[in-house]
Amino acid sequence: MEIKETAIAGTLESSDIQIMLAKGANGIEIDLESDVKKQFGQQIESVITTTLNQLGIESASVKAVDKGALDCVIKARTIAAAQRAGQTTDEPAWEVL
Amino acid sequence: MKNSVNRELPEDIMNELDYKGFESTEIGNPEIQRVAPKVHVSTGDNKVVSSIEDVVKKTVKDGMTISFHHHFRNGDFVFNKVMRVIIDAGIQDLTLAPSSLTGVMNDMVIEAIKKGTITNITSSGMRGSLGDFVSHGGLKNPVIFRSHGNRARAIEHGDIKIDVAFLGVPNADRLGNANGMNGNAVFGSLGYALMDAQYANSVVLLTDNIVPYPNTPASIKQTQVDYVVEVDKVGDPEKIGSGATRFTKDPKELKIAETVNKVITNSPYFKNGFSFQTGTGGAALAVTRYLRQEMIDNKIKASFALGGITKPTTDLLEEGLVEKVMDVQDFDKGAADFMHTNPKQQEIDASWYADPDNKGAMVDQLDVVILSALEIDTKFNVNVMSGSDGVIRGAIGGHQDASTANLTIISAPLIRGRIATVVPDVTTVVTPGDSVDVLVTEYGIAINPKRDDLKKALSNIPGVPIYDISELQQMAEKRVGKPTPLQFTDRTVAMIEYRDGSIIDTIKQVKD
Repeated sequence: MEIKETAIAGTLESSDIQIMLAKGANGIEIDLESDVKKQFGQQIESVITTTLNQLGIESASVKAVDKGALDCVIKARTIAAAQRAGQTTDEPAWEVL
Repeated sequence: MKNSVNRELPEDIMNELDYKGFESTEIGNPEIQRVAPKVHVSTGDNKVVSSIEDVVKKTVKDGMTISFHHHFRNGDFVFNKVMRVIIDAGIQDLTLAPSSLTGVMNDMVIEAIKKGTITNITSSGMRGSLGDFVSHGGLKNPVIFRSHGNRARAIEHGDIKIDVAFLGVPNADRLGNANGMNGNAVFGSLGYALMDAQYANSVVLLTDNIVPYPNTPASIKQTQVDYVVEVDKVGDPEKIGSGATRFTKDPKELKIAETVNKVITNSPYFKNGFSFQTGTGGAALAVTRYLRQEMIDNKIKASFALGGITKPTTDLLEEGLVEKVMDVQDFDKGAADFMHTNPKQQEIDASWYADPDNKGAMVDQLDVVILSALEIDTKFNVNVMSGSDGVIRGAIGGHQDASTANLTIISAPLIRGRIATVVPDVTTVVTPGDSVDVLVTEYGIAINPKRDDLKKALSNIPGVPIYDISELQQMAEKRVGKPTPLQFTDRTVAMIEYRDGSIIDTIKQVKD
């Protein structure tokens, strides 16, 4: 999937994560803000990267503001942001879910 | 060296401060010697001093131990007023020994540490920027954390020797008779400050309300007080307590409260004349409400409610469901106001409340207590002191003391956000698992294996599944994942005393 525009998904409520996706040049670059970064930073980044790769996105600039989201939430918000960025929201990528 | 909860203790500091490692929750029947304060004799006619500057000049010298109480909580004006004067006077090397430190004091404490005014601290807890500062190595000497009962013990033993106590009160007469109930910034019980009034060498009262002599009822007495300073305002009444106590609507908290209630009412302790202590927070307040209904339905009355008191508890007193309220601290205005009018709401000092080295403390007579936890581990050890990032952000309060009750219930959600509450090993052991009986989560309960009797009593409650605590730990881990272990340096920034004065754990400087 190709990123056509900058897109956002998720909120700043607790147990949610807000993901902003923009075009990138050097692979998946993640700027992560999280209260649990010390304990779960790597895990969060790996879920985002894996999810994007599964959608065929190899290069993106990601801004993630995490409020203690579980992996399933991180994955869902990443997919939503990616499909909005790729303007493919009317064709959900079921196989990634 | 390791103590009996398997925590490695720093030998050099243990030896230097002459500490023993924690061994057991049993206090036994030792014979102990209490200390007595110095008394500067006077007839009491010249106690009123016009300024804090004057009284600081007369009382505070380099190297002394000074104390404050925290009954004004986040509405406290006294601490910052006094510390400003002490810092500006250039006094150095003080030990700060308040009953606890609240958020409004943080900036001033940090400034005092940076300027060398304060070089040692002992407290029930600390939060926010001060906890962060200490956890990042801002204070050279380790902070000593003590529970409210242990602070009383340490003062009576002379482990804490208070040279000057600065005690804010909402009223006092010219000789120092004072209470916490009348005036503008009222907080009710003076429980923690009564220790300082009794044992400090110099006692300075600060008030915005000098009343005609003699002032009654006198919680602090003229026989204890050296100086009375009139200040413009001792506190902000809006910030002393939470306003109206709100009943939680959070379904998770309600579920936990409902389960706590079922555990209590199915336990052998729920009978006429039982006693209980609940804390603050949504779940604890909800428990009080559920318990009230059960008491009415089963025609059961409690002999006393203990501890930090809230309005829902004094409501039970008013309804006749509780015979007495034993009150060391009031968390809201409702409870503080009620003390005024009802002699069945008895003000108690911290020693009476919870000091283990006593001829009987209230906590020794306690049947049921509901306490919270930041973390609890598979050995039932509880952490209420360090956050999930390893930074100091809590207070022991009466946690260690009240958990000596016959039925100690820890109520906590299985996970908070992405942080597991039930963990393989707590970051900091504050209350040993030996004194904890039941963990209540929204998914079910776990019973300390040494309480076989409770297992039988609680095994057939509809809707309350019993798990092994390690099963709950695994359920939590399955939801949030396995965290990367926290990184600490070798440097000790705080020592956690058990209530008997032994060391139960230490807190290390966080690595960033």
